[in-house]
Amino acid sequence: MKTIAKIFIISTFLIHSAFAQKFITKTGHIRFYSDAPMEKIEANNNQVNSAIDFSTGDFIFKVLMKSFEFQKALMQEHFNENYAESNKFPNASFKGKITNLKDVNLSKDGIYNVNVEGDLTLHGVTKPVKTVGTLEVKSGKIIGKSKFYINLSDYDIKIPNTVVNNISNKVEITVDITLDKLNK
Amino acid sequence: MKNKFYIYFFFFLFLKITNSFSQNLDSLFNDPPKSQETEYATATFKTTRIILGHSVENPAKNELLFTISHSFGQMNSGAYQLFGLDQSTIRFGLEYGINKNLCVGVGRSSYEKTYDGYLKYKIFKQSTGKRNMPVTINLLVGTAINSLKWADPTRKNYFSSRVSYETELMIARKFTENLSLQITPTYIHKNLVPRIIDQNDIFAIGFGGRYKITKRLAIAAEYYYLIPGQTAKDNTNALALGIDIDTGGHIFQIRISNAQPMFDRAMITETQGKWAKGDIFLGFNINRIFSL
Repeated sequence: MKTIAKIFIISTFLIHSAFAQKFITKTGHIRFYSDAPMEKIEANNNQVNSAIDFSTGDFIFKVLMKSFEFQKALMQEHFNENYAESNKFPNASFKGKITNLKDVNLSKDGIYNVNVEGDLTLHGVTKPVKTVGTLEVKSGKIIGKSKFYINLSDYDIKIPNTVVNNISNKVEITVDITLDKLNK
Repeated sequence: MKNKFYIYFFFFLFLKITNSFSQNLDSLFNDPPKSQETEYATATFKTTRIILGHSVENPAKNELLFTISHSFGQMNSGAYQLFGLDQSTIRFGLEYGINKNLCVGVGRSSYEKTYDGYLKYKIFKQSTGKRNMPVTINLLVGTAINSLKWADPTRKNYFSSRVSYETELMIARKFTENLSLQITPTYIHKNLVPRIIDQNDIFAIGFGGRYKITKRLAIAAEYYYLIPGQTAKDNTNALALGIDIDTGGHIFQIRISNAQPMFDRAMITETQGKWAKGDIFLGFNINRIFSL
């Protein structure tokens, strides 16, 4: 019986430390950038929801499409009405895993290169995405950065012929998030 | 043996518990309940005109909308006139967004060489959620001044004779992503009218709507009903049918209507064409937005 008690106590400690391995933010930053011959388009979203669970390496990004801000109001309207169709698909999400979790040491400040793999859902279409990024452990916070490219056509987002020189099919996504430890 | 079993059991339990944590990441971000946020309807219409008349839309702040409007001649004017295509009347106009609710517009029509100007103010915006507003309401006040040379320069002519005023309330609702409807009570005042029996003050109600067929193509209809009076007796209510095409850079509006003029006062109160007789005018608007 003593052994069982010991195991039970150890288990509860381990569970507690598993809780302490979740990091979260609701103010993450994602920028998308399209570079076309006649026009460069940039939009920034500063209300990205993201969480990483370091006990498993799972992470999630949830992005409200209407929170992307453009410099030109008409661009923002076209983005929501004609391209992203934000009324039909209000959120984009990226759910995946850090595949080299063992390379990240939460207790040691520093910048770690991570490989991530997951499913990106945009405009109602889900496609696998595999890319790299960095995780910086700094005074109890995690700063995640990544830059990758997507093709709008992969997500059923059509660019009409008349604006093919204004909107590039290949779009650059830059992620910059600062996560805090989740204390439940 | 029993101890070993318990070790395995608790270890298994521990693994199960930590595994279920990763599925809970999603639940960290529950959407706030709809009642806490206000969601405003956007793009009730594709541009600031339904067909010939105004819509509840304004250009955004610092946006300049340039519109070229073109009406051909009557389609029943025969093959020699190429069914109206040989004649043309034009209006060009500019609208500028002062802020997100207020815009100013100016225009010049070949019809009686009229200059028109107006202010449009968005009083209410359609929204759901924390703040519920079923319609968007926009108020327009404007004036139109004809700049023709005086018919008889020898008599005493007053500048005020050239001037008319209008005010209209545009009330519109975006019913679905595809259907928007608008009702537009309008009041027009003409300083000078030809005969004593003619009305200086004219009331009308506009009915308009658009239905989106695809993301970039919509059909539209517009009808202005003149409240009974001398003007309604002498003129015909303006009815227009149109198609809106959004090319990404421009909004093209192609229409047929029994009204040829492209500004409110003349379109609503001076239309004589009758659809049944074929007094129909083909026309189009080209709208382009410049971000300043």
